[in-house]
Amino acid sequence: MAPPTTPVLVRTARPKPTEKATLLSIRNVAKTFGRNPVLRSVSLEIAEGEFLTILGESGSGKTTLLRIVAGFETASSGELWMGADRLDHLPPYRRRVNTVFQSYALFPHLTVEQNVAYGLRVARRPEAEIAQRVGEALDKVKMMAHAKKKPSKISGGQQQRVALARALVNRPRLLLLDEPLSALDANLRRQMQVELKSLQREVGIAFVFVTHDQEEAMVMSDRIALLRSGELEQVATPREIYSHPATAYVAQFIGHTNLLKGEVQNGIVRCGTLSWTTTLPDGPALFSLRPEHIRLAESSVSISLVRIRGRVTQQAFHGATDLVRVDCGGLVLVMRTASSNAALNEVELEFSASDAVVVRESPERN
Amino acid sequence: MFSRAYKTVVTLPPLVWVTVFLFLPYLLMFCYSFWSVSPSQTIVHSWNLDNYKELIQKTVYWQTLLRSMWIAARVMIFSLLLGYPLAYFLSFYAGKRKDLLYQLVIIPLWVSYLVRAYAWKTILGSDGVFNTLLQYAHLTKHPLDFLLYSPFAVVLTLTHIYTPFTFLPIYAALEHIPRNLVEASQDLGATPAQTFWKVIFPLSIPGVLAGATFAFVLSLGDFLAPLLLGGPSGIMISNIVVSLFGAAYNWPLGAAISLAMLVIVVSLLVFSERLEKKWSFS
Repeated sequence: MAPPTTPVLVRTARPKPTEKATLLSIRNVAKTFGRNPVLRSVSLEIAEGEFLTILGESGSGKTTLLRIVAGFETASSGELWMGADRLDHLPPYRRRVNTVFQSYALFPHLTVEQNVAYGLRVARRPEAEIAQRVGEALDKVKMMAHAKKKPSKISGGQQQRVALARALVNRPRLLLLDEPLSALDANLRRQMQVELKSLQREVGIAFVFVTHDQEEAMVMSDRIALLRSGELEQVATPREIYSHPATAYVAQFIGHTNLLKGEVQNGIVRCGTLSWTTTLPDGPALFSLRPEHIRLAESSVSISLVRIRGRVTQQAFHGATDLVRVDCGGLVLVMRTASSNAALNEVELEFSASDAVVVRESPERN
Repeated sequence: MFSRAYKTVVTLPPLVWVTVFLFLPYLLMFCYSFWSVSPSQTIVHSWNLDNYKELIQKTVYWQTLLRSMWIAARVMIFSLLLGYPLAYFLSFYAGKRKDLLYQLVIIPLWVSYLVRAYAWKTILGSDGVFNTLLQYAHLTKHPLDFLLYSPFAVVLTLTHIYTPFTFLPIYAALEHIPRNLVEASQDLGATPAQTFWKVIFPLSIPGVLAGATFAFVLSLGDFLAPLLLGGPSGIMISNIVVSLFGAAYNWPLGAAISLAMLVIVVSLLVFSERLEKKWSFS
């Protein structure tokens, strides 16, 4: 049996100026395969027209969550609601939800055009309407020229576009995308990220996008729901999740960070040789400090800055910036500086105490 | 990559096999079909087209050939009607019992053909299991004697024997269909029936063609089932060939009929393969 896990407080996004109505509400959804819990009580609200990314490592349960929403898996417990309708009692073909599959799942015996028309044909729409809507959809993804080709005759990126058109032509209320870009090479992926995002803005349909790539999640999403071992760690906007990670796991998963284990006593944090003032109550505390918030100390001294001396052990080139590992007497800090040819050696670092964000521990789950 | 000697050693056995057991016999048959038999029952090696003329002029031969094709066609249809649903169920709905059920379909293939044909004789005969049961249940007073020694008995037996041959390629084709295509179809709003007819069935057509070809070709050349269960009305073309090579001692005519059948079967295979290619997309 899994030990009882501490309830995870989910920091929600700050209310946006244009708060939209809830489209889909996932309530306490859990799923076990045999004795193996894949999802444990996930609750999530998806707003009309938003781009929500479910981010997680492989095995975090993100694809299972998506398949439960699509109707390919049944939740062991919990409910799905779309407006006033209970969604989880409907078979997949009765849900106004469409999916773009990881491997696109285009029908090999049908042409591009017939693939896109599939949903409208099975719904028995009039042929004139089908022709018009398929034309529009293919136009939107710039695949008109390949309408008569079989899927095996077009490239991966093109198949991707057809899969999108095939889903969007049905005007779903919600589009699910299961790692749709993972099969593409890096350049094409970046291009598709931009295209997908602008397409989503244009059609105004809510997208739920599943990925394991944190960079992709940051670039595309309105909100990110970070899933770990079947539980949501944090749901927030990319900026919020980056600047105020709720847990140590989130801080490490999204970007680089330094985790500082400190002890608070009478308004002072002590962490090795470092110390700064805080408003936190007494007791142990964990802090996340981003490498870009640490810099080489300047001559002018300020009381709000924390300083420490150290020796550079590694300097890695990352294009515009360098990531520098500094050994500060047992405490290793990673800092980000502007790229430079000059090798650093003995350095004095400083950071602003307010940039050390307190995070909760992420206990192991199994 | 491989040495010349290695290649020779590897290719030689199959080459010898094909030459000795396939090419030479067919060549011999081809020659025989243009020879004739003298009144004193010896083979005359004089080249002529008499056998082929007889084949066309004597109605008994081509009528039996047509009847054989009609029997084979029925076996093909019934095998498909049995084999397809079975394969579909096994591939999509059998779950954990899949392997067990698959074995159960295959096991009859281990039993000798002859045993299975005799089994049907025991079941269908006047004193057979089926008639005894009917009389015991007072459904009939006298045994039904049209069951055995009829084309019906032949079709039934051959369907029993060749259904696994139809099942196997269909099952393989169904197993080959990526399951996310089925999910995609449902996702796009297709009901289970629509998914079957618009996605699953079209993608299984190569298997259906292969299975249909197996059932038809194997039944067409069968001579044991009609011999044991067919009676006079259930005679098939192979029985005639057997008797021509045996008691009737007219090898040239037998060879001519065999070659005619060979042409029919090979053209069928070519045709079916073309269709299969047209319907495969991977």
